[in-house]
Amino acid sequence: MPGRTIRVGTLARVEGEGSLYVRIRDGAVADVKLKIFEPPRFFEAFLRGRHFAEAPDITARICGICPVAYQMSAIHAMEDACGAAVAGQLRALRRLFYCGEWIGSHALHVYLLHAPDFLGYADAIQMAKDHPEIVRRGLQLKKAGNEIVACLGGREIHPISARVGGFYKVPARQDLRGLEERLRWAREAALETVRWAAGLPCPEFERDYEFVALRHPEEYPMNEGRIASSKGLDIAARDYDQHFVEEHVAHSSALHSVMRGRGAYCVGPLARYNLNYDRLSPLAQAAAREAGIAGGCRNPFRSIVVRSVEILYACDEALRLIAAYEPPDPPAVVVRPRAGTGHGCTEAPRGILYHRYRLDERGTILDAKIVPPTSQNQRTIEDDLRQCVSESLALPEDGLVARCEQAIRNHDPCISCATHFLRLRVERR
Amino acid sequence: MARTPLPGSSREGSAARAGKPRLAVWKFASCDGCQLSLLDCEDELLAVAGALDIAYFPEASRAMVKGPYDLSLVEGSITTPHDAERIHHVRRVSRTLVTIGACATAGGIQALRNFQDVKKLVAIVYASPAYITTLGKSTPIADHVPVDFELRGCPIDKRQLLEVVGAFLRGRRPNTPSHSVCMECKLRGAVCVMVARGTPCLGPVTHAGCGAICPAYQRGCYACFGPMETANTASLAAWWGGLGVAEEDIGRAFRGFNAYADAFRKESEAHAR
Repeated sequence: MPGRTIRVGTLARVEGEGSLYVRIRDGAVADVKLKIFEPPRFFEAFLRGRHFAEAPDITARICGICPVAYQMSAIHAMEDACGAAVAGQLRALRRLFYCGEWIGSHALHVYLLHAPDFLGYADAIQMAKDHPEIVRRGLQLKKAGNEIVACLGGREIHPISARVGGFYKVPARQDLRGLEERLRWAREAALETVRWAAGLPCPEFERDYEFVALRHPEEYPMNEGRIASSKGLDIAARDYDQHFVEEHVAHSSALHSVMRGRGAYCVGPLARYNLNYDRLSPLAQAAAREAGIAGGCRNPFRSIVVRSVEILYACDEALRLIAAYEPPDPPAVVVRPRAGTGHGCTEAPRGILYHRYRLDERGTILDAKIVPPTSQNQRTIEDDLRQCVSESLALPEDGLVARCEQAIRNHDPCISCATHFLRLRVERR
Repeated sequence: MARTPLPGSSREGSAARAGKPRLAVWKFASCDGCQLSLLDCEDELLAVAGALDIAYFPEASRAMVKGPYDLSLVEGSITTPHDAERIHHVRRVSRTLVTIGACATAGGIQALRNFQDVKKLVAIVYASPAYITTLGKSTPIADHVPVDFELRGCPIDKRQLLEVVGAFLRGRRPNTPSHSVCMECKLRGAVCVMVARGTPCLGPVTHAGCGAICPAYQRGCYACFGPMETANTASLAAWWGGLGVAEEDIGRAFRGFNAYADAFRKESEAHAR
């Protein structure tokens, strides 16, 4: 094959800034680097010296797309450090809060960021010229999720109500009842989304991932559970550091996570779904069966179908939680600081988000560690690209570049989270 | 810096050429939340896209049309030598430049570095500090280039964003009140958390825009929108002291998402030993 070089400016429709470099030599992939040069912001450093109650609002600012996830992981870690337990309706409200963020974030990705790849548009606005009803459905689904977050948290982005121990204020029953009509519509729209996504033209591609997600005895995981993998890992959140390690590589301002002694692993909707299919609601399971993925899904391009199933599940679950809601009183349990270390791991829309804090007896943060899902998936994205490029060498240049971009978007990378501009460059020689 | 109009960057030139004003959305150091606010306008997004040509918005589109642009929305603060150069390019290709959010307007939460030695921070987070290029301070866009309008908030309020875009389309000044959160709180009919419950609140010194969400959720304002004009932070700090808030906690309250805004920086320094 003649030598050639492909370059793409900024990789679009991802959250944050990064670049991709692929070198092809003699018809084979010689090197793949997912470069992240989003400027570092040093959250873990300036959390030191802050009060433990401040961590949820400060860490929310790591990501405007999944602030609820940061708030939840920080809160669970602080409660773990202080020996507090939150149960009943407060716990249920946190789950409802998370359902809102999953619906909003997934609808954004499925309709505005990922779908244009399958249908060959530059963006959803171009797509809306030919498919106005589809784009409108996506936007209204996104709105249904945002409405939950705004109802519980006061606003969609960086909501203000969650705190260590519970909430500053909990909604009245009629506040949540007000969400039901749109959510019932959203559940139907989500079902249509699964069918539509399952019918999108999709490359044949599979990998033998080690999926890592939370696993809970009864629930599809959001706030709680053990960290489990498709290859036998089963640990508590507090043991995370024994099994996972972050590496700093020259081409990235994000830290790469690997599993000690085992290497790359995959987190996010694909991992959650493959490990927790049995915990989905009957409606979500039926939709997955109809979409042909009931036996599992190892094709990352089909993650758009899995995300759609999760939207459906989150709508279903939100309606269940609202129907059973009784306002908890008081809106938060008292959490008194004590010296110690706390761990929190929850399922952000993009996968497990781990927080660890060490506190002194007054609740001052001595040390903080945060591992976002995108840092954990970075190695897997590079591995996907390596295989994807090898299998797609016959494609014309622009087709190959588009395929690479799509392969990155499959994992909905949030580069702001991973701290860290996608610029795509393919070099062939 | 003098603003040099590029050929074709006048209102008549580009609007006549493209038919619609061209919008660009830029990102510097930030969480992406403020630009997401545009996509969060679920009911209005397609109308906005009808009124404007969204020419450069990498978070939403692969199509990246070269400038000049009629309206640039700039998110994020300047924290790297490369970004300190890039913002001049953005200014050169933008007829109107509007900063969106606390990062672009005040340096953001990452401006907490401005009170410390950044080298120590790098060493805490990264195993190989040599791989990281960063500036000692996180600074707002207006420290680098002239800014036509600053929209406050962490995050910005999407209704205010629509007002700014709408005002631009009609060639008028945006209507974004500069009074305090206290005024919004009264307009909302919320009970004052400080008077009624003794909860420390930054509402009296904080710029309006959020709609006084926190007091309505029985929580003190934590100043997402930064200082209002002529904020009397010293007086409020004394009130907080009267509520029994410790000196160091008062200082820390001003070291949030707008820590490097002048009024808040000075007040926090007054409480630092």
